Amino acid sequence: MTMTILLATSLFLFKDISQILISAIREKADISVYFKTAAQEEDILNIQGELSKIPEVKDVEYVSKEKALEDFIQRHKDNQVLMGSLEEVGGNPFLAALNVRAFEASQYQAVVNFLDATLEPVYQNLIEKVDYYQRKPVIERIFALTSGAGKVGISLSIVLAIVAILVAFNTIRLAILNQAEEIKIQRLVGASNWFIRGPFLVQGAISGIISTLISLLIFALICWFLGPKIEFLFSGLNVWKFFTGNFFTIILIQLSTGILLGAISSSIAIRKYLKV
Amino acid sequence: MIKFQEVTKIFPTNSPNGYPTTALDNISFEIKPKEFVSIVGRSGAGKTTLLRLLMAEEKPTRGQVFIDGLDIHKIKPGKLPAVRRRIGAVFQDYKLLPSKTAYENVAYVMEVIGADDLEIARDVPEVIEIVGLTERTNNFPVELSGGEKQRLSIARALIHRPEVILADEPTGNLDPYNTSDIIRLLLKIHELGTTVVLSTHNKEIINKLGKRVITLENGKIIRDEEEGRFIL
Ligand SMILES: Nc1ncnc2c1ncn2[C@@H]1O[C@H](COP(=O)(O)OP(=O)(O)O)[C@@H](O)[C@H]1O
Ligand SMILES: [Mg+2]
Repeated sequence: MTMTILLATSLFLFKDISQILISAIREKADISVYFKTAAQEEDILNIQGELSKIPEVKDVEYVSKEKALEDFIQRHKDNQVLMGSLEEVGGNPFLAALNVRAFEASQYQAVVNFLDATLEPVYQNLIEKVDYYQRKPVIERIFALTSGAGKVGISLSIVLAIVAILVAFNTIRLAILNQAEEIKIQRLVGASNWFIRGPFLVQGAISGIISTLISLLIFALICWFLGPKIEFLFSGLNVWKFFTGNFFTIILIQLSTGILLGAISSSIAIRKYLKV
Repeated sequence: MIKFQEVTKIFPTNSPNGYPTTALDNISFEIKPKEFVSIVGRSGAGKTTLLRLLMAEEKPTRGQVFIDGLDIHKIKPGKLPAVRRRIGAVFQDYKLLPSKTAYENVAYVMEVIGADDLEIARDVPEVIEIVGLTERTNNFPVELSGGEKQRLSIARALIHRPEVILADEPTGNLDPYNTSDIIRLLLKIHELGTTVVLSTHNKEIINKLGKRVITLENGKIIRDEEEGRFIL
């Protein structure tokens, strides 16, 4: 049961986390159009204007040669090797670029089509390279991964839920069979149905609550240990913060899954083995 | 107060001998309030089945069982406990809880039906005294003799002041001395105003009692006589 609760929680978190991931990657995923050194700023700004008119495009950002150099220095100023080699090259090795962002990953094709076909040949000749194809598979893989993981997660939690119900069911069944004599006497002296059933329902719910506490602990530990590692991989995604931030939602999810599983299994067992 | 109307009970093929058993075959009789009725018959004649139908532990295959005009097999399951509280049951094998003392076995019944501590403390010693077990109050069932166990189970059946006591071969495991003890106890309970239904195949008891006797054979009533005698 603990496993099921863990999985249900992970599914909940997973939805949010994959959302964060995808939006982070979408933010990063854009098409960079690099221009030959000879290209005039005026022409580039013209192309920027043209690109902005495509309905799928969210925005187009112009990064001049100077800006690109500045950004690079800013980012790598602590890296001796890189700064050294930059000096060796001399001058500004960077190209001016337009960073095109679409609303959705699937819409980049429209931008590429525009650059390949619609754009006037004069302008096309100014383009050094279009940096898009490297990112496409990454985006598609993440899409496939998140939707695939979601499906696996759901089917796994269904299987685990069934296992949990069976285990709890069996526990309650044994408890009922164990107390057969006492139950028989309760019935004969006219104990009310709830008096007889109550303890077993409570027992089911308690096993649910205990499982909840265990899984909450495991989950907290996992988030705590993995939090820094995941943050390292995907900046801006701290599972531990997410865990503490959503603590009550998580507890609610876990408790309701646990109690529901416990109650379902004990009521099945009661229905089957407790004749009143 | 109790009425069986054309009651038939057939146990399906999962019975011990492998094919359907007709335990009761079209039985009709009535028991008036405060009567003392003995059900006699050989082993397997259907005595236990009859009492179990009366406790609504089994459902009749056909026919109806009434208590005060109420068909106890037609009422909602939620109403059944109320019906059972009007009945006290005594069994040949006592059905005492081995982990509870004599006192607790009786008190337990009161807890089950929701009596408060005060009532329990007041009634339990009184009933234990009626059955003559005051000395044994704190003993466990294993520490009691057969006769004592049966008196304890009678105390348990009495504690909630039922209108009817059903005793299914209560003396089946007892020697003659303890047997007459138990019968005297049942007669005393009857004199205090309780309906008693006693099933037995003990000839002496029946012939000494001089009360109404219903004789069963193969699930049928073959005799029903006031001041009956044991004839099989
Ligand atoms: N639960 C049961 N399942 C199948 N057959 C039963 C069951 N209870 C009783 N019987 C059968 O019904 C018949 C009557 O049994 P019972 O009422 O116990 O007789 P008695 O109490 O007079 O000895 C017997 O043939 C017995 O085998
Ligand atoms: Mg019997």
